Amino acid sequence: MAPMSETTTREHSPAAGRSAATTTTQLIILGIGLVLLAAAPLFFYPIFLMKLLCFALFACAFNLLLGYTGLLSFGHATFFGGAAYFTAHAVKEWGFTPEFGVLLGVLGAAALGLVMGFFAIRRQGIYFAMITLALSQMFYFFCLQAEFTKGEDGIQSVPRGHLFGVIDLSVSTNMYYFVLAVFVVGMVIIWRFVNSPFGMILKSIRENEQRAISLGYSVQYYKLGAFVMSAALAGLAGGVKALVFQFATLTDVTWQMSGEVILMTLLGGIGTLIGPIFGAGLVVTLQNYLATSDFPVTIITGIVFMVCVLLFRRGLVGEFYASRLGRKLGFEHRT
Amino acid sequence: MTPLLQVSGLNAWYGESHVLHGVDMTIGEGETITILGRNGVGKTTTLRTIVGIVRARRGRIDFAGTDMMQVPLHRTAHKGIGFVPEERGIFSTLTVEENLMLPPVVTGGGMNLEEIYELFPNLLERRTSQGTKLSGGEQQMLAIARILRTGVKMLILDEPTEGLAPVIVQRIGDVLGKLKARGMTILLVEQNFRFASRIADRFYLMDHGRMVGDFPVSELPVRMDELHKVLGV
Amino acid sequence: MTMIFGIPIQAFLGQLLIGLINGSFYALLSLGLAVIFGLLRVINFAHGAQYMLGAFVALLLLQYLGVNYWLALFLAPLIVGLFGALVERALLSRLYKLDPLYGLLFTFGLALTIEGTFRYLYGASGQPYSVPPLLAGGTNLGFMFLPNYRGWVVVVSLVACIGTWLLIEKTKLGSYLRAATENPVLVQAFGINVPMLLTLTYGLGAGLAAFAGVLAAPVYQVSPLMGTNLIIVVFAVVVVGGMGSIMGAILTGYMLGVAEGLTKVFYPEASNIVIFVIMAIVLLLRPAGLFGRDA
Repeated sequence: MAPMSETTTREHSPAAGRSAATTTTQLIILGIGLVLLAAAPLFFYPIFLMKLLCFALFACAFNLLLGYTGLLSFGHATFFGGAAYFTAHAVKEWGFTPEFGVLLGVLGAAALGLVMGFFAIRRQGIYFAMITLALSQMFYFFCLQAEFTKGEDGIQSVPRGHLFGVIDLSVSTNMYYFVLAVFVVGMVIIWRFVNSPFGMILKSIRENEQRAISLGYSVQYYKLGAFVMSAALAGLAGGVKALVFQFATLTDVTWQMSGEVILMTLLGGIGTLIGPIFGAGLVVTLQNYLATSDFPVTIITGIVFMVCVLLFRRGLVGEFYASRLGRKLGFEHRT
Repeated sequence: MTPLLQVSGLNAWYGESHVLHGVDMTIGEGETITILGRNGVGKTTTLRTIVGIVRARRGRIDFAGTDMMQVPLHRTAHKGIGFVPEERGIFSTLTVEENLMLPPVVTGGGMNLEEIYELFPNLLERRTSQGTKLSGGEQQMLAIARILRTGVKMLILDEPTEGLAPVIVQRIGDVLGKLKARGMTILLVEQNFRFASRIADRFYLMDHGRMVGDFPVSELPVRMDELHKVLGV
Repeated sequence: MTMIFGIPIQAFLGQLLIGLINGSFYALLSLGLAVIFGLLRVINFAHGAQYMLGAFVALLLLQYLGVNYWLALFLAPLIVGLFGALVERALLSRLYKLDPLYGLLFTFGLALTIEGTFRYLYGASGQPYSVPPLLAGGTNLGFMFLPNYRGWVVVVSLVACIGTWLLIEKTKLGSYLRAATENPVLVQAFGINVPMLLTLTYGLGAGLAAFAGVLAAPVYQVSPLMGTNLIIVVFAVVVVGGMGSIMGAILTGYMLGVAEGLTKVFYPEASNIVIFVIMAIVLLLRPAGLFGRDA
């Protein structure tokens, strides 16, 4: 969904221009970011950082579908939480090494994505969202009743194991850099995907589906492809998360979780590459603070949602790109 | 004669596109005015901007002493302007009679249901049919008829004869003629200027979003060459 | 003991009745959603929360003001409808010119806020609301025992559904609504205050949801969570039925409720997902929905 599209009057023309931000500026910012992330465990709790990275990847994967293809999925928890279950089970019950456990999670999420996408893509817009929600709820009920998920208890005491059989992931530092590596790999995949010919076609579908069809593109296949890609990457985040926290629970497959990732993306900036990272950072940090207090998180989430939709649709990064500083740095019209 | 409608310096936009570049127009009470012009010069936009459907607009629109620029869309009809759009706008989820009764009566001067059915007997016959089951001509009649009930002072019609058989065009001409005789002010966009010349008092010629000419119907034969050039027919 | 399809007829009819009752709620709620969506092009995620509000308002009216069930049936929808109209006027109406998904996200946020507030105030567990004395007890129909209140629920929801249908299809106000659904700009140009119509419609939808909530209170217990899981099922109902037709929404609601009830008899483990499965099947065979007019 084009975040700035309106039907009668237009505030902005949608992002269609080439970015003027020089490659140097981009690389500098990227470099600083990586250095900060690498040094972070010296200043923050590793578990908190790892949680942040997992959700950041989850949100970016989700944004692939929403920001770049224009499809709002209300069922992404299925891929995130489903992969968590698959990975947890594989590592705990079948003795997979962590990298294969996560791989299984990714493949499982991709398979779920293929099925859900296949049905959801038959309708558009609002219906698409409702179908993903309903199918995701169906998966939730399945997880509630299935044996391998252990119902309300979830899968506990998931061993982190040894990466490639050698690196002991129960050591916090090792685990952190593993998660950081996965995050970076995931972001690179998303970045390459978005800038590939496939990604370009997705953007044109988001802007004007009818036109893409008239140009001869099998729009349904592209949408399905984007859906599976998004699901797989969400699964990557979920599988890793299961290893970070060493459990997989029902909370990860609820519609509330699906709503959370939407909020992260909205808050950070739909249709920007790095927006969801900031959105995830904000939400995870906020949740951390509120967890210790008696504050009702749901109410805050709901209010933030409404405020964002009414007043803050471009999100943090989107607003920055459109601001004076952002435009000076050449970020205007950036996607 | 104080004009009923006075438009000055009207500019309008569709999104980023600047469509009207300072339209000026005056219509006296009881006059029938036709806007002529090629496709795409802004004739329909002019009508829609006067009615208030196009809101991205600047300039002056004075109707019967009221500054229409300040009037919200749902109050325009109450000021006395009735609109028959190009696509006719007959509602498929309403019956013919429901379509007829939809626009609320704004003054007492309109026709009552009996008078309307007298003027349009085929609407009486088909009154319980679904609105869009009528033929194109009948739908056009319905689109005009429903406005007549409301008692508006000025009727705005966008290409009323488009795509209709000559017999129906004749009937529409008769209806408009009758209305004119009753004192209705009519603003028309029409490609068929033989039809228009039967009822119009004056013509406005439009090009590139502004009025480039205005002449009474008596001058039409003299202007034919000029018209052919500008209209490209 | 008479048997039908291999199970005692009492059990069969008992489940069928439960199915009809659930169906009544599905019908009422999908009707409200369809009415709101038809005109506003917004999926009211807060519909479940408004249903819950209806039940809570009835409960609180009873606890603090001694207002009985019968008065609550009128007051609760009125109060919740007014609240809904206010939200529409002040906030929701700003989103109409945007992509309709923003409307969904806004109402999602609204749902979370309402549910979160009540959860914070009243906890997650349910509170009982007693059946009004007039409808207590049951009637022996011979082939089964019918609890009076449940029979009442089925009857009154049917009346409400048909009443709404009549309002929309046969009245002048309904013709305004139908016309505005097709071409809101032209209807405004005729002099009808469409923005007011939109507010009214949202209020009506919210009121319908609240009405269902009051009906539900004696059956399901009043809990802050009662709306959210229900609304997801109603979404599936609405996808199956298609939102183009009011009658379609009503019929689909009842049908799927009965289908769910029957599944509970023969294959209970699948009963909470059968509606989703039906949705998947309908998507394969008839993507526009059973009664769908829009694509």
